[in-house]
Amino acid sequence: MSTKKAESDDMTYKLVWRLPLIFWQSIFFLGPLLLMVAMSFFLVKNYRMVEAFEFQNWAKMFGRNYFWDSYLLTFGLATTATIVCTLIAFPASYALAFKVSENARRWAIFLLIIPFFTSYLVRTFSWYVILAESGVVNSLLGYVGLGPYTMLNTKFGTLVGYLTLTLPLVVILQTISLAQVDRSLVEAAHNLGCGRLRTVMTVVVPLAKVGLIIGAVFCFILSFGDFVAPYYLGGSKPPTLPILIIDQTKSGQQWPRAAVVAITMMVTLFAIAFAAIYAAYAKRGKQ
Amino acid sequence: MRDNVLKWSLWCYLALLFIFVFSPILASVVFSFNSQRFPTIPLGEFSTEWYAAIFSDPEVWEAAGRSLLVSACTAVIATFIGFCTAYTDFRYSFRFKGVYLALALLPPTIPLIIMALAMLAWLSRIGASGQVWSIIIAHTVLTAPFAMAIIRLRLSQMDETLESAAWNLGASEWAAMRHVIIPFAKPAIVSALCLTAAVSFDEFAVAWFVSGLNKTIPVVILEIVQGNIDPRVNAIGSFVFLTSMTLVVAAQLFYMSKQNRDAS
Repeated sequence: MSTKKAESDDMTYKLVWRLPLIFWQSIFFLGPLLLMVAMSFFLVKNYRMVEAFEFQNWAKMFGRNYFWDSYLLTFGLATTATIVCTLIAFPASYALAFKVSENARRWAIFLLIIPFFTSYLVRTFSWYVILAESGVVNSLLGYVGLGPYTMLNTKFGTLVGYLTLTLPLVVILQTISLAQVDRSLVEAAHNLGCGRLRTVMTVVVPLAKVGLIIGAVFCFILSFGDFVAPYYLGGSKPPTLPILIIDQTKSGQQWPRAAVVAITMMVTLFAIAFAAIYAAYAKRGKQ
Repeated sequence: MRDNVLKWSLWCYLALLFIFVFSPILASVVFSFNSQRFPTIPLGEFSTEWYAAIFSDPEVWEAAGRSLLVSACTAVIATFIGFCTAYTDFRYSFRFKGVYLALALLPPTIPLIIMALAMLAWLSRIGASGQVWSIIIAHTVLTAPFAMAIIRLRLSQMDETLESAAWNLGASEWAAMRHVIIPFAKPAIVSALCLTAAVSFDEFAVAWFVSGLNKTIPVVILEIVQGNIDPRVNAIGSFVFLTSMTLVVAAQLFYMSKQNRDAS
């Protein structure tokens, strides 16, 4: 009878738990996104938005070189950040997954979670001070007779900011997926005379592929959408796409054009995410 | 021998990585007690002037109060929605459940700057932008998925027959919810409250767009940073760090103490 009861569901009971999410996210999540798509076809007249269905904003943004400059810059920076971050994170994740005790690994992951709860803005501001012409890094380098180097308002500065945002997350994701790799397969490779580096490249990496790719995708999404690092550390000349959104919204009152930029970003991110998921789960070709 | 060299180099590498991750956090705390306006090596003298400056600034106090209010309200609503969703996923299967779960988990994958623009446009259209509760609404959308994930994880540790056992013993669905499910999920609920509050307390992009003149602490930081080098940012940042970490550690302790009791 009791299991029957679960079937003959009490409608009220069921809906009380199901509806809050549907209501809230439809009104305050789907609604805004759909309006943004519609808004990209609106017009701005005398600083006021007028409902319309025109392709003006799209034509205007896509027809301008500065939009494509921004697009390529943002895409290039995010791609560089993803590659650099994945490569920097891997040895650390490898060490955490294979070379330390389980307890130490748990502590390391706990430590890596801490940055998520510190203000990213404040950390960026710290880098700004540390990397400045007369900042901490340059004065330390000065003692050994190097520098000063210009690090702010360069792509290097932007990358430092991106890595501040993404490195902890990528290390966590990589470590978790590497820790799940079956040790006996690694040992088998060793026993069969496979060298250390070759074991990593041909056994460990393919087995942890999904986690590594997920980490890289998150790195790309976060870097692509971040406005703080390129603005404060990169000098924002030319602006990246997120900065373009802010400019169009805050100073220009050009919300429709900002929507065009936002939608272009989302389409790009979806394409990247789908390609990555496809790559992660694609069957390896027979050799 | 070669093993040792490899092990040591990996350890050094790990140490460097942790230095990179933590140096901006530590630097900000150190700079907040440093007298120099533009900190460098060698450091200036110990000073609490930046703290004095923020504690005597009514704008900072107002923003701090607003931030606490926003994160408290966000935490309660987001955790409620997260619990409902986690329970629905745990108990029921239905058509379009995939869509339902996508709705529940997608928000964090969309860049905040895009959410900020979409939220601003939508809220001003329905006449709800520039208010304190505009921030609460937006933050709830962003944080509910985290609450859902934490509570869902806890529910998956529950023996699924516990609930039907309660029904067998004559409990109504509501009674089983009250006496079985909620007590079991309680540590996760408290964790979810703390974590969503911490996320909301730190969020600046969406808050900056929809808050209008009702600035929260991160928005105040953003505006100070836009001006010039001003070490007050470090002082506020250290204060925010302390608040968020208290919430996170509380969440962690609550979750672990309950799990230990369950295990013993």
